[in-house]
Amino acid sequence: MNVVIYNNNNRCLVELHGELDHHNASCARMNIDMAIDSKCPSELYIDFSGVTFMDSSGIGLVMGRYRILHEYGGTLYIVNCSPSIRRVMQLAGMNKLAVFIDEDVRGRLFTDMKGEIKDEKIRQDIK
Amino acid sequence: MKRSDRILNEIKITFPSLSENESFARMAISGLVSQLNPQIDELSDIKTAVSEAVTNCIVHGYKDTVGTVAMTAKILVENEIYIRISDKGCGIEDIEAAMTPLYTSAPDEDRAGLGFTIMESFMDKLSVKSRVGKGTSVTMRKKLTTRKAIDENGREA
Repeated sequence: MNVVIYNNNNRCLVELHGELDHHNASCARMNIDMAIDSKCPSELYIDFSGVTFMDSSGIGLVMGRYRILHEYGGTLYIVNCSPSIRRVMQLAGMNKLAVFIDEDVRGRLFTDMKGEIKDEKIRQDIK
Repeated sequence: MKRSDRILNEIKITFPSLSENESFARMAISGLVSQLNPQIDELSDIKTAVSEAVTNCIVHGYKDTVGTVAMTAKILVENEIYIRISDKGCGIEDIEAAMTPLYTSAPDEDRAGLGFTIMESFMDKLSVKSRVGKGTSVTMRKKLTTRKAIDENGREA
């Protein structure tokens, strides 16, 4: 699993790449929680474009992050789910907790801001 | 044996309950099911159900230890897939509670409690047998609404 994190003011974008199962979820969780702890973003975007498989471990990850954000009034955005990932999300009722969007979030968050990427952090973790 | 249970192909694998093997189990079942030329969503349903069952063995069955997970998968007549995943781990005390959506015995580990719910809704049939201290076995079946394989002469194989 490869996790890339971008921060821009109070918004945070997490791009996940790979298969999101129990084996990979803890690495993703660690990275996302570090970003949440240090920035307390009011908007957290998790981009699933690069996720080729997800089971209930992914739901556990998303629900856990939702709870943390909800505590301080942040909003969770679930971005670019494939149809199969969307089915798992819907089964878990995630559509009631998070906002689902399909778009190029990186473009929206950063290119609009005078084409400038501020405070970009990239982490890569494999295994 | 019922006619519908005639076995056309079968695999049996065992592996240690290491989380790395979750993706291995998914690849193995994909390899077998692909022989039936499944729809993408059917294949993804089966992979997800297998992933849930194997993860249960690893996370719950062999909670503080490493043991052996066994997977048997069969292609039956009429495009039916049979999968049995079992462990010789701690077993489940209350199967009904374990199968309740959102119930989890490990909430602090970010487990969603949806493993059995996903298996149940993504497969046609699910049966769970468990004995405390002896282990758990999960049996699932799914009939594919698959298009028939076509041979090189354009006939249905």
